[in-house]
Amino acid sequence: MTHQLLDRYEQMAVIRRTEKAAHDLFLAGKVKGTTHLASGQEAVAVGASAALRADDYVFATYRGHHHALARGASPAACLAELMSRSTGLCRGKGGSMHLTKADAGMLGSYAIVGSHLPMAVGAAWSAAYRGTGQVAVAFFGDGATNIGAFHEALNLAAVWRLPVLFVCENNLYMEYTPIGSVTPVPNPAADRAGSYALPSELIDGNDVEVVEDAVRTAADRARAGEGPTVIEARTYRHHGHSRTDPATYRPADEVEEWLARDPLLLARARLAELGVPEGKVDAADERAERLVKEAVAEAEAAPGADPADALTDVWADGGATWRS
Amino acid sequence: MAELVTYRESVAEGIAREMRRDRDVVCLGEDIGAAGGVFKTAVGLFDEFGPERVRDTPISEQAIVGAAMGAAMTGLRPVAEIMFSDFLACCWDYLANEIPKVRYMTGGQLGVPLVVRTANGGGLGFGAQHSQAVENWAFTVPGLKVVAPSTPSDVVGLMAAAIRSDDPVVFFEHKGLFAAKGEPAPPDHVLELGRAATVRRGDDVTLVALAWTVPMAMAAAEELAREGISAEVIDLRSLVPLDAAAVLESVGRTSRLVIVEENPYQGGWGATVASIVADEGFESLDAPVRRVAAECVPLPFADALEDVVLPSVDKVTAAVQALAAY
Ligand SMILES: Cc1ncc(C[n+]2csc(CCOP(=O)(O)OP(=O)(O)O)c2C)c(N)n1
Ligand SMILES: [Mg+2]
Repeated sequence: MTHQLLDRYEQMAVIRRTEKAAHDLFLAGKVKGTTHLASGQEAVAVGASAALRADDYVFATYRGHHHALARGASPAACLAELMSRSTGLCRGKGGSMHLTKADAGMLGSYAIVGSHLPMAVGAAWSAAYRGTGQVAVAFFGDGATNIGAFHEALNLAAVWRLPVLFVCENNLYMEYTPIGSVTPVPNPAADRAGSYALPSELIDGNDVEVVEDAVRTAADRARAGEGPTVIEARTYRHHGHSRTDPATYRPADEVEEWLARDPLLLARARLAELGVPEGKVDAADERAERLVKEAVAEAEAAPGADPADALTDVWADGGATWRS
Repeated sequence: MAELVTYRESVAEGIAREMRRDRDVVCLGEDIGAAGGVFKTAVGLFDEFGPERVRDTPISEQAIVGAAMGAAMTGLRPVAEIMFSDFLACCWDYLANEIPKVRYMTGGQLGVPLVVRTANGGGLGFGAQHSQAVENWAFTVPGLKVVAPSTPSDVVGLMAAAIRSDDPVVFFEHKGLFAAKGEPAPPDHVLELGRAATVRRGDDVTLVALAWTVPMAMAAAEELAREGISAEVIDLRSLVPLDAAAVLESVGRTSRLVIVEENPYQGGWGATVASIVADEGFESLDAPVRRVAAECVPLPFADALEDVVLPSVDKVTAAVQALAAY
């Protein structure tokens, strides 16, 4: 078991450093638009991924770098996408908010809050219909629990008893407003599950082992035909909402408290408890550091997006022709 | 001659034919199961294909279209029904932001081979929230194919093409045509999306129509013929792909163009057709291009009011007469 946790640690370390690189490249003017970093929320993606089958379906939000990486996208391909390179995951047509790796079951990052929950329900319906035993997972923020699509998705998934997991990354804030100030229940996802007769789990989203266990249990239930589960993982983002947000609206003691519960620190402590030598953990950090450094160099050296690509990929034939 | 069939029956027939040949075709929507759909356009599907393939849903337009999208991304060919086209607004995110963009924004990694069918259009006194012709809404979104058949046989042929298409298709069925009868579709009838039908040949003016305005344009052409004006009628059948070549070719012979559309003049699809002809067919024109479209108001309830707002045979003939005298 210990070596598995070390693997998870290393994956989280790679994500943390990739996010750091994205941050630095943005400040250096090499990433345009905006980015929504998931630093602090790595354990949700890594824990969940570890519990899923390679052919399961994952749907994420604009804050989705960690999910793309956890499902197997390379840091180089992710950073290249952020840097508008033709080698980017989406060849420069998606950007930070739409990282996708379909061949790894990562079926997209969606930037209309809540929109992907019904999609995950549909993917689960498809899996059930085809009898493949796959599950679908929608990761979403606390803010998404107040949009209609969330409620429509939970209801439909419940009545059709579909193999879908709704995983809320409750980082306590929407953009700049605390979720608690606009929601009448303390646990925005878990407390709503009962309305749809769905089981829910309220978990520590910063503990990668806890996340992995919860997702595995829910996925097993789903595969056994027992229907959806709502998992609410409490976590915290280390940065502001997006690139321009210094997050001054968060009380200093709250930030401090959560930084002390950094998922990487928690995993480190647990590894020590398990007797894994510190040197091994440091070596994992060094490998992550090197990998991301090389990824940055690779992305920077890659050719820019190909202007010819602007007029492709509208239709299945690869083109964009709409008239004769 | 084979017995005539209704447009309404042809919807179910078109879907059933595809469901027989492809197990990946599944249907979902409100009341489409045992009830056969509120317009009875799904009658027989539930009995033949069962509840696994013909699924009743809650009244959740976002979940219906969003789930259809997720299913389409993962190997199925869903046919989702949105009861009245006005309700597309309740799931517009999926038609404006999700379905048409996902292939593009993922650099071609994902595709969405689905059909969203919906009952469109006025003339039946359903009032402002159940009668709009909204094909122009879909027409404004790059990445959606937009189909609107006018005859029972075309319903079947275009349904086959829509369901087999690897691209998302919004399929507008016209409420005012459900009871209309026509020749049944031949076996294995598949039309090509983006191919207009010239449904009446003529020399003096081209009438471009879609769905419910096709019989209207035909009736107008009949009346005009009595006055010695020979009108050609083109049924576009789909707005995307748009058979602009057919329109340009026709106008090249007739030199006059009247576009007959049910959606409001303001932002209606005819404006795009007119702009293409103004740009690429300018030399052929002997008169201004005219659009007979709905007035730019919500659709009223009373017949006397609805008649004022919607295009009609009389409005079409008047427009042509004015152009003939130009
Ligand atoms: C439908 C919709 N409304 C508003 C926005 C603008 N917006 C983007 S992110 C965001 C906050 C979402 O908060 P949450 O769901 O908690 O996710 P987090 O950013 O914390 O991961 C808002 C309001 C949007 N993208 N989509
Ligand atoms: Mg949040």
